[in-house]
Amino acid sequence: MRISRLYEMWRRFANIASLTITAVCAVVVMAPVFIILIYLLANGIRSVNWEFLSSLPKPPGDEGGGMANAIVGSFYMVGLGLLLSLPVGVGAGVYLAEFGRSRYGNAVRFMADVLNGVPSIVIGISVWALLVVPMRSFSALAGGVALSFIMIPMIARTTEEMVRAVPNSLRAASLSVGATYARTMWSVVLPAARGGIVTGVMLALARAFGEAAPLLFTALGNRFWNLYLDRPMANLPTQIYEYAKSPYQDWHRQAWAAALVLIAVVLVLNVVARMSTRERFRALR
Amino acid sequence: MRQRSMSIVAGVLVATALAIVAGCAPKKGTTTTGSETKVQITGAGSTFVNPIMSRWSSEYEKLTGVQVNYQSIGSGGGIQQFKEGTIDFGATDVAVTAEEQKDFTRQFVQFPVVAGTVAVVYNLPGVTQNLQLSPEVLADIFLGKIKKWNDRRLAELNPGVNLPDQDIVVVHRSDGSGTTYIFTDYLSTVSTEWQQRVGRGKSVSWPVGVGGKGNEGVTGQVKQLPGAVGYVELNYAVQNNLTFAAIRNAAGKFVLPGKSTGEEATRMAVEKLKQDIGSSVVNMPGENSYPITGFVYVLVDKQPKDAAKSAEMKKFFEWVLRDGQKMAVELDYVPLAEEVAQMSLQKLAEVP
Amino acid sequence: MEAQASADSKATDHARGATFWSDRLFKAVVVACASVMGLLLLLFAYELWQSSQLSIRTFGWRFWVSRDWDPVRERFGALPFIWGTLLSSIAALMIAVPLSLGTAIFIAEVAPRWLRQPVSFVVELLAAIPSVVYGLWGMFVMVPWLRENVQKPLAQRFGFIPLFEGPAVGVSMMAAILILSVMIIPYITAVSREVILAVPRTQREASYGLGATKWETIRYVVLRYARVGILGAIILGYGRAVGETMAVTMVIGNRPDLTTSLLQPGYTMASVIANEFTEATSPLYLSALTEIGLLLFAITLLINALARFLVWRVTKGEGRY
Repeated sequence: MRISRLYEMWRRFANIASLTITAVCAVVVMAPVFIILIYLLANGIRSVNWEFLSSLPKPPGDEGGGMANAIVGSFYMVGLGLLLSLPVGVGAGVYLAEFGRSRYGNAVRFMADVLNGVPSIVIGISVWALLVVPMRSFSALAGGVALSFIMIPMIARTTEEMVRAVPNSLRAASLSVGATYARTMWSVVLPAARGGIVTGVMLALARAFGEAAPLLFTALGNRFWNLYLDRPMANLPTQIYEYAKSPYQDWHRQAWAAALVLIAVVLVLNVVARMSTRERFRALR
Repeated sequence: MRQRSMSIVAGVLVATALAIVAGCAPKKGTTTTGSETKVQITGAGSTFVNPIMSRWSSEYEKLTGVQVNYQSIGSGGGIQQFKEGTIDFGATDVAVTAEEQKDFTRQFVQFPVVAGTVAVVYNLPGVTQNLQLSPEVLADIFLGKIKKWNDRRLAELNPGVNLPDQDIVVVHRSDGSGTTYIFTDYLSTVSTEWQQRVGRGKSVSWPVGVGGKGNEGVTGQVKQLPGAVGYVELNYAVQNNLTFAAIRNAAGKFVLPGKSTGEEATRMAVEKLKQDIGSSVVNMPGENSYPITGFVYVLVDKQPKDAAKSAEMKKFFEWVLRDGQKMAVELDYVPLAEEVAQMSLQKLAEVP
Repeated sequence: MEAQASADSKATDHARGATFWSDRLFKAVVVACASVMGLLLLLFAYELWQSSQLSIRTFGWRFWVSRDWDPVRERFGALPFIWGTLLSSIAALMIAVPLSLGTAIFIAEVAPRWLRQPVSFVVELLAAIPSVVYGLWGMFVMVPWLRENVQKPLAQRFGFIPLFEGPAVGVSMMAAILILSVMIIPYITAVSREVILAVPRTQREASYGLGATKWETIRYVVLRYARVGILGAIILGYGRAVGETMAVTMVIGNRPDLTTSLLQPGYTMASVIANEFTEATSPLYLSALTEIGLLLFAITLLINALARFLVWRVTKGEGRY
């Protein structure tokens, strides 16, 4: 009798202790997010001013200067990557959702996941050989293509899920009034899945925005303004890498500022994407 | 919220499309900014030359409007990319050898544009003066044969210095670098054992020590570790207030790295350079020449794909070799001796 | 789930039977898009294979077991990098797995409903922080802190154990392991949470019905049911750790040694490529680096295949996570 009472107490204790440990795990896991954000703010906030956002880099020895061209360059190449990856990614996602039960469908799904896991440095080297060498120039185009290779599998997989989540009653209704299959997909299913696809696209944008490794050998970087597709272009991640390695205090200061700008963009994309996801789920419920 | 995220994505797409349309406007190796037309030249390579190169680029743009975009991807990268023809000029801390030139499909010239000295830096609490090191002792430290700071041979070279009983921690570059090349080139020149066991190269198999990434990594570690000794470009040592050693040169005198001692070394190299512009300039004779000195070379096409651009590039390097040299001093580089600059200009004249 | 599947096949049937040219065009377009995946993989594999030929022919299988990395004499071996990659990624898993599982359980089973979304969101932010930002923070904040407060005491007190040998220099295996574990936690957590949530309600209810406590239900029912999927999650996280480049390069110290000490600098396959690819001058050197890239690519492929297979078994081929 007493032993079983003790055992009961032990069970209750183990229950509470273990559940508490999971809460502690969650706190430990969340801590780095806040620590890193606090450091970025502390080291970067004073340097993110109008000069930093609006002017070109200055050579060492001259204080100040900024990364305006790198900020614009990052947006430009990520946008270009999106332009290239959106149609392909959505198309592939539709294929996976609609025809993906075949053997080829499984193969494509597998390849999309592998592609998602390919180290980004490998993508950089490949695009260099594919585009930079034949064009005989580093270019914004090569940078955009490298980023699109990162985004394609991400967009494809989200599109697949979102298209699949569209209620079948919608399809059936459209087909039953005589719409062709293509028209049903284009005018009914894809618009219904649009919100979710956009969320996935924003997460892909956020990832592409922070990638340095694929741009090292493709976009190269630029000290000046450039909007041409066939010329080297500056971007934030590689600029941070270069400034962090330099001996100059002023460049370290700017590396922190650039990291803060980078994280701000990435966070905004993430927050907006998650909030719209939540709303979508609420709508479905 | 869904509406907002949609408009963000749409906004990014439209903005990019507009920018690309703007970027596709007709041009010929030029950018149109306002009413003036700008040439843009792309170069890449040596990390070491990056600060001075961006200085030159910025000054030259103010003067002429020509934009020289230099990216520090590393010396090897500079040579490699130049070979592939993806950049207009390459910059490297190690000259392309006659052997390597066979791999090139195009004719090109190489010439020095600036020089630098490599400082031997250390962190010894209580020792603030510049230590004196002989080539043999330096080699033995980096070979791991001298293990303590109060070693007899070190004490003999530095009478009156209170050397602590402390372990020596060698710090070296972990990534490939021109700095390492100059340093190991020097050690290979002065020590046969180093030459046989390790050799010269941009990255070598180090007998002892810990690695640091970049000049920055080495400076950081030397600063943090009592007993550490390492080698960095002079500008890193100066920027970070590290103490550095005087090295005994070929003439038997102890000299510190710096503008005048480096310049002396490049002047002493003139005869040698006349034979081969890519020859090594470490351990040069001369009372005041600092022995661990090296050049940064630029590679330029003899048969350029874009003649107009090439002409602008030629003007830029002419300016660098004449007016640009005085800017080298401010950033702790070594300007080329007059004779060497003249040789570079002659080489440059071969470019159309 | 069932209704969804049958409707899907209905849609497919309709497409198969389609006679409209627009339907056929539509399908052709999406098939082409899907085929881009395969083309890209082939492209990467071909590029890497092609460029590593010189090294493969020169060193053969010895490349994988040789510990030489001597660019001067052009003797290259990948062993130190394979070792560094294995050590750093496995040690990172040892830290990340318990923390991730705890967090996943917390989110899926323990936390009150209102807390779940915010916690998931913060954890997913970890995955959103760019690698180069982790590197910057690691280099300027974590490494000096580790050296002063962790490594120096360890080296002084436990320096005789091979694990803590040598001077405390900051950039080290230890720094890389910590950064890596933080970086893979969000992946393991997210996938584990999904597989835990996929455990049917009825399983839990049966357990509660037998009088089990919440923890016993989690421990003996939920985790057991989800274990294959969790293993898949861990392997996916492992794939991330193996391929991570920028952050690791900035803190690991980059020394090609077969070190067993956590305080010593190491090197990984991804970081040797990032570090030396632009500095390699000779064709053989470049080719050796690409061969490491090829191996890295092959490993990622294998790891993903394994993880995919395991996650699929649990989520019944829906491929969602």
